[in-house]
Amino acid sequence: MNTELLSWGQIIARILQQFLPVWIALIITFTVSIRYKRKLGLYGKLFDSPVGMVGFMLVMFWVYTAIFADVIVTMDPIAQFGRVKNPLPGTPLIDPKDGQYAYFLLGGDHLARDVFSRVVMGARRVLTIAPAATTFAFIMGVTLGLPAGYFGGKLDIALSFLANLVLAFPVILLFYLLVTPEIRNTGIPVVLAAVLFIFPVIFFCTLFNSRFFTNPPKRNLYVGVTLVIGLWAYFGLAFNLDPLGVWSMDPNLLNVFVSVVFVNSPTVFRIVRGIVMDLKARDYVAAGQTRGESAWYIMLWEILPNARGPLIVDFCLRIGYTTILLGTLGFFGLGVSPESPDWGSTIDDGRKLLSLYLHPAITPALALMSLVLGLNLLADGLREESLKD
Amino acid sequence: MLKFVARRLGVMVLTALALTFVVFYLTNLPPNLEKLARTEGSVRMTDQAVASWIENNGHGGSVFGRYAQWLGVAPGWKLTDGKGVTRGRCIQNNADPATAATYCGVLQGEWGFSTVFKKPVLESVLQKLGSTGWLMMWVMIVMVPVSLIMGVLSGMREGSRLDRSLSIVAIATTATPEYVSGVILVAIFASATAGISPLLHEWGWISGKTLFLGTATSAMDKITFWNFALPVLTIALYGIGYIARMTRASMTEVMTQQYIRTARLKGVRFRDVVLKHALRNALIAPFTVIMLQFPWLLNGVVITEALFNYKGFGWTLVQAAGNNDIDLLLGCSVVAVLVVLVTQLISDIGYVFLNPRIRLA
Repeated sequence: MNTELLSWGQIIARILQQFLPVWIALIITFTVSIRYKRKLGLYGKLFDSPVGMVGFMLVMFWVYTAIFADVIVTMDPIAQFGRVKNPLPGTPLIDPKDGQYAYFLLGGDHLARDVFSRVVMGARRVLTIAPAATTFAFIMGVTLGLPAGYFGGKLDIALSFLANLVLAFPVILLFYLLVTPEIRNTGIPVVLAAVLFIFPVIFFCTLFNSRFFTNPPKRNLYVGVTLVIGLWAYFGLAFNLDPLGVWSMDPNLLNVFVSVVFVNSPTVFRIVRGIVMDLKARDYVAAGQTRGESAWYIMLWEILPNARGPLIVDFCLRIGYTTILLGTLGFFGLGVSPESPDWGSTIDDGRKLLSLYLHPAITPALALMSLVLGLNLLADGLREESLKD
Repeated sequence: MLKFVARRLGVMVLTALALTFVVFYLTNLPPNLEKLARTEGSVRMTDQAVASWIENNGHGGSVFGRYAQWLGVAPGWKLTDGKGVTRGRCIQNNADPATAATYCGVLQGEWGFSTVFKKPVLESVLQKLGSTGWLMMWVMIVMVPVSLIMGVLSGMREGSRLDRSLSIVAIATTATPEYVSGVILVAIFASATAGISPLLHEWGWISGKTLFLGTATSAMDKITFWNFALPVLTIALYGIGYIARMTRASMTEVMTQQYIRTARLKGVRFRDVVLKHALRNALIAPFTVIMLQFPWLLNGVVITEALFNYKGFGWTLVQAAGNNDIDLLLGCSVVAVLVVLVTQLISDIGYVFLNPRIRLA
């Protein structure tokens, strides 16, 4: 039996080897993108800015890690191996079975679960929840922010008051109140989900209707498809009532998801409202109004495309912020589930023994930091490049 | 100006009422009350016993009525049980019901009794707030000058190498939430096995095992540099980047103004242009941002106090929420909401006050 610890050089070499699919995917992405960057619009311009490129690389690294996580992991992220607690990085497994990876590459945690595999699997967790939650928050913020900024008046006052109300709520308090096991029995998350999840359906129906209402067959097709898919997903996700069982969400996940969307959307609302108030004095808006276009057409097809620059930048930043929020939830043990390998919970598990064993906490901490840093750098690069034209 | 302040105050009171009601509603949900009944009464109570406990302890009735009682605008509940003993919201242990006050809510200073600390809520919240106050003070002392200097330095020559490097630092700190920077700082400075402490110990530069202490529990009695630097740094780091970027944005905008060019063309030294002409105008926006950072600091305080085991306000909030201590949680929420709203008010008024273009309009 092998009892010797791997040296740091060996550990790094083995980790690099495990990430092989990610490296290949990254190289392909970058070669293709740089080759055709002149034809790719804003995305292509990103490759003119070193900061944006580094950010994009960090983000894509984690995206590909999430995609190829099944191949990269060395062990089952939830299973416990051996009797030794907190094995150090490079510790060999006691009597590994055939086909089992023989080392704890980055050590193990207090239950002797492999830290490396948990962090890799955690990437998949984080990168599915964070962008999805951010998208929902954006659709909600846009759907409410457009009319508030465009029409102003009482609607604006009421919506702004509500948004400020949520913003004045200390986030952590809200999480402690909303993300508890007891609250699931009261049905409040389902009610919140019912309200929040209907916005994408409303958004896309209005989007297609305002554009194609002069061409009923086309309009009916688009709106019909949106309604069928949207309501199908809506009933599945919010009420767990999908007859086919395709759309469903674990109640705990739903709770976390809803709280994160709820916290994020008022900020998006304020940003959209501000941009719309600025843009509605433009000539193309006046032209649309003179042509007799409907208000929603002007908002969704004239103003919104012109507001995309700041919105894309904020979207990147907000995914990072959502990642931080999810981490915070995990850190306080309010996360998706105690077993889950998401980074916040892993940091929380590791911090209790921080003075003795660093490796269980520091690996997910660095992972989270690098992803958020990547997103922030990407946003910075995009902002710079979009300001150039 | 007065009208503006009055309107802002009105909105603030309305917001405070709405927020405290939401907190009251969420903390007094039936499952929480049932849990309270089982912890206060007995774990093996039947469902009926739980229901009657809730009813007999003033948690029955409509949530609006209970909220009004808690706030102190409705008379507190009173109940006389079968043995002729009258108990009620306003009646202290074994006090004479006849002399008890009619109203006793938050407005009257009766914040209830904490089931975790076995102390009146107001007392424990104020005491913990004191500890957090020290933390906040040091965070501000570190954070505000550092971030302003960073922002001004990078904003005064946009696109320079100094600007680029400082911007990267600022972005990096905003990407590092407290629970990450705390872990990293502990790893570098306060771990007996990693970072710089083992080296320093080996060289005989430090007598203890670690350079800084990994917990701030001892700072409750006596704050020293060694037990307080890491928590302060942890909270400050996350805010520094954000304020620095805001200051930079405001500074770059000011530096493109006509009067700056005029001053430069007159032959004023660059240093004087920055210090005398640009700085005052560039610091208006960061003022609001710093004020609005308080709610974010609250977040950071909760995380950092949990991480470093510093028993302040954030730690209390975690204890209250984790132990279903309804009165204490409500007390903490009132404080948190007030902090947020008051800083918003100061930031609004301060912005108007500092900016002559808005003040005189």
